[in-house]
Amino acid sequence: MSKPVETGQIIDIDILRYRPEEDKKPFTQTFEVPYTEDMSILEALQHIKDHLDSTISFRWSCRMAICGSCGLMVNGVPKLGCKAFLRDYYPKKISLEPLANFPIERDLVVVMDDFIKKLEEIKPYIIPEKTGDKKCLSEGPHKQTPEQMAKYKQFSMCINCGLCYAACPQYGLDNKFTGPAALALLARYNRDSRDFGEAQRMKIVNQEEGVWGCTFVGYCSVVCPKGVDPAAAIQLLKVESSKDYLIGMFKPE
Amino acid sequence: MSENKEKTYIRSHEPVFWGLFGAGGMLTAFLTPVMILITGLLIPLGIIDKGNFNYQTLHNFATTWFGAAVILVLVALPLWHTLHRIFHALHDLGVKRGRDWQMVFCYGFAFAVSVFVFTLLLQMF
Amino acid sequence: MSKRKPYTRELPSDWWMKQLFYTKYMIREGSSVFITLYSLILAWGVLRLSQGEVAFNGWMASLQNPLMIILHLIALALALYHTITWFSLAPKAVDLWIKGKRLDDKVIISGHYATFIIATILCLLIITL
Repeated sequence: MSKPVETGQIIDIDILRYRPEEDKKPFTQTFEVPYTEDMSILEALQHIKDHLDSTISFRWSCRMAICGSCGLMVNGVPKLGCKAFLRDYYPKKISLEPLANFPIERDLVVVMDDFIKKLEEIKPYIIPEKTGDKKCLSEGPHKQTPEQMAKYKQFSMCINCGLCYAACPQYGLDNKFTGPAALALLARYNRDSRDFGEAQRMKIVNQEEGVWGCTFVGYCSVVCPKGVDPAAAIQLLKVESSKDYLIGMFKPE
Repeated sequence: MSENKEKTYIRSHEPVFWGLFGAGGMLTAFLTPVMILITGLLIPLGIIDKGNFNYQTLHNFATTWFGAAVILVLVALPLWHTLHRIFHALHDLGVKRGRDWQMVFCYGFAFAVSVFVFTLLLQMF
Repeated sequence: MSKRKPYTRELPSDWWMKQLFYTKYMIREGSSVFITLYSLILAWGVLRLSQGEVAFNGWMASLQNPLMIILHLIALALALYHTITWFSLAPKAVDLWIKGKRLDDKVIISGHYATFIIATILCLLIITL
């Protein structure tokens, strides 16, 4: 990493801290970080850990908005630390908090177990036509036209960062709701021409805690760093669920 | 991972209410502004003449099958949209007690007004 | 033994006042209160219509009350807000594909506005002509 240009400018960063061994509840600690124009929030956190307070905890890995680890609340808005820059806030103070709507594990690290469980529940894999009727590898790949891929590609760009869950008041009010990322991923598989698992997944969609937990606040799509548009995925699934409901009325199982 | 017991899924009846919400929302988006403008502002303020919005014309219109249907839809359908939103907004505001009764009240209200208007229109024939 | 002790934050009941995006969402949802009132005023009008000309003209006169005018002004503003938000979200529920490409959001939105303008002009013509 090239050495940043020292300008002597300082930016204040408030961090919501929580140390489970000693704290009953979170508290705010302020750090003074030397400001440079190209410094990301994640780099500021690394500066704090390296030079100011080594006890501070946060998740990170790739530094380039692809691993989805460094999600946090920047002035109350869910963002990736590596994709948000000090220059967009300077000279004002920045407040950092762990992602909203998730329990805090320690400092800026949240417990994501519920989110992971939901991703697993929606059967996020291609379900072949019939079990036992799988196409043999020697018969070649499953072909797909660019048009068929375009139908689901947008919904497959998710990096599981959890920003949309932090942006979703319905998930915050009731975490039984399956939530934006998991439903977008579900739509991704249902819309894939190689997949035949729609009937299985529609049972998840049709529940109260499936798509019907959504009131179309739409903030999930605004905060998504990869342009997945979960709100659109859910809206399209609502239409599918309504069709499924009509069919179910005439053709009960 | 071993998950032996198959999860049971309960189908929601929300599509019925969502369908009415959508239809009402569509109608409200396209026509409610101009309706409010005409009946609530332009005519009462005397900016435009009563025109066709007088007793005789309206009564004649309401006593045709087509007219009665139009009036019923224009008056009652928006309520299925608005009461659906109010029902969900109560949840958003954290009113947790008696969700079942909130539901009965909200959709019951839309239903009651719909029946009220329907009955009035039938009587006028 | 695990030292884990996750801390759960409760969503405050005024969550929708703490961020502009959520506040706008609540105004959108709140528009339904005034549209409900407007529908009730119309339903009352249907009742008066069924009771004869004197009753109906009484209802028409009651709409000239300044409070009623203010109520309708608020209702109109909120109804327009509903229209704008409804149209802006409309493309998300549309899954139309032409030659392997999704129909552009702008096309869907402007189609809605065009229909809205035509419908508004038609209604004004029907009443005045």
